[in-house]
Amino acid sequence: MIEQTPWFVLTLCIAATFIWRALGVGVAARIDPNGALFQWFSCVAYAMLAGLITRILVFPVGTLEQTETIDRTAAMIVGFVLFFLLRRNVFAGTIVAFLVFMGLAYLRQVGGV
Amino acid sequence: MATDMTTDSSPQSPPSGNRKAFSSGMLAALAMPFWMVVGAMIGFGSMIRTAGMELGIGIGSTLGIWGLPGQVAMLELFVLGAPLLAIITTSSMANLRFMPMVVVMMPLFRGDPRAIRWRYVMSQMLSINIWTTVMNRCPDMALKDRFPFFLGVSFVCLIGGVIGTTGGFVLAGTMPLYVTLSLVFLNPAYFVFVFSSVRARNCIIAVIFGAISGPLIHQVSPDWGVPITGILAGTAAFLADRLWTTRSGGSQ
Repeated sequence: MIEQTPWFVLTLCIAATFIWRALGVGVAARIDPNGALFQWFSCVAYAMLAGLITRILVFPVGTLEQTETIDRTAAMIVGFVLFFLLRRNVFAGTIVAFLVFMGLAYLRQVGGV
Repeated sequence: MATDMTTDSSPQSPPSGNRKAFSSGMLAALAMPFWMVVGAMIGFGSMIRTAGMELGIGIGSTLGIWGLPGQVAMLELFVLGAPLLAIITTSSMANLRFMPMVVVMMPLFRGDPRAIRWRYVMSQMLSINIWTTVMNRCPDMALKDRFPFFLGVSFVCLIGGVIGTTGGFVLAGTMPLYVTLSLVFLNPAYFVFVFSSVRARNCIIAVIFGAISGPLIHQVSPDWGVPITGILAGTAAFLADRLWTTRSGGSQ
């Protein structure tokens, strides 16, 4: 039995993650960027990322688990309003959502909400 | 005086398109992605400290795994004392998304010999923050500028990763909880808006399908939820887009 030092585990995790990256390189070299398969990969990539991000916000794991669903939702809604009002301004949406969320998190911490 | 001033624009120095593209990549990263990485990695750095691990492990996982879900999975399972194989597969699966991300990004660099030589290094440097920036900016860029632009974005984001991880480790426990929570919230919030800005129709459909089904599929399979969502929602979006094209008589 090999001893599971953090560095040993980390090295294996890095290698295991790199497999996906390298596989991507292999497929990318052979794919036709105008073909249907490429379109499919594109859809899969975007769906995967969108699914992951909403999952993190709706069912967070780890640090965000300590926050309230209603706070995260409210912050995103206010952010979206600004995002669309300013013609899809990513910066405005993000900053406003962040500030609303921070305000709510602060109020919860000091017992205001 | 006038001649002195003209010599200032040193005609000897070659026009450095590379340097310009690299700098514009760095600037693009500093506009938003850098801060998002810092914020996200502050959360990770403080988790490392709380778990009683050394800072080097934190920085090593940020630079080496370079994908937060996989980093968090590794840390949590390691702390729980999970079997080695479980730690490695769960951590790796959490970052499976790199595979389609690389497939979709690399053709942007096709024809540039530097990108062929460094393709595996590029794939290792890639993260979601870098990917969205590159996917957004590079299509409108000359081919030769894309590679240095990518390096500029990646360089700044990697530095952001080290700064964030170190900062979070050092500040763990000293920052008010609401600040830590808000910083961790920042990056996913940012991506919601980034993905709400995609322009290609097939991508828009994929984002909508993925966003709706992601949390639902997670309920069924927390470990495999992300790849399953990608394949199911991605395939559905692909078919819907095709159907749309056929229905509208082949026009776009």
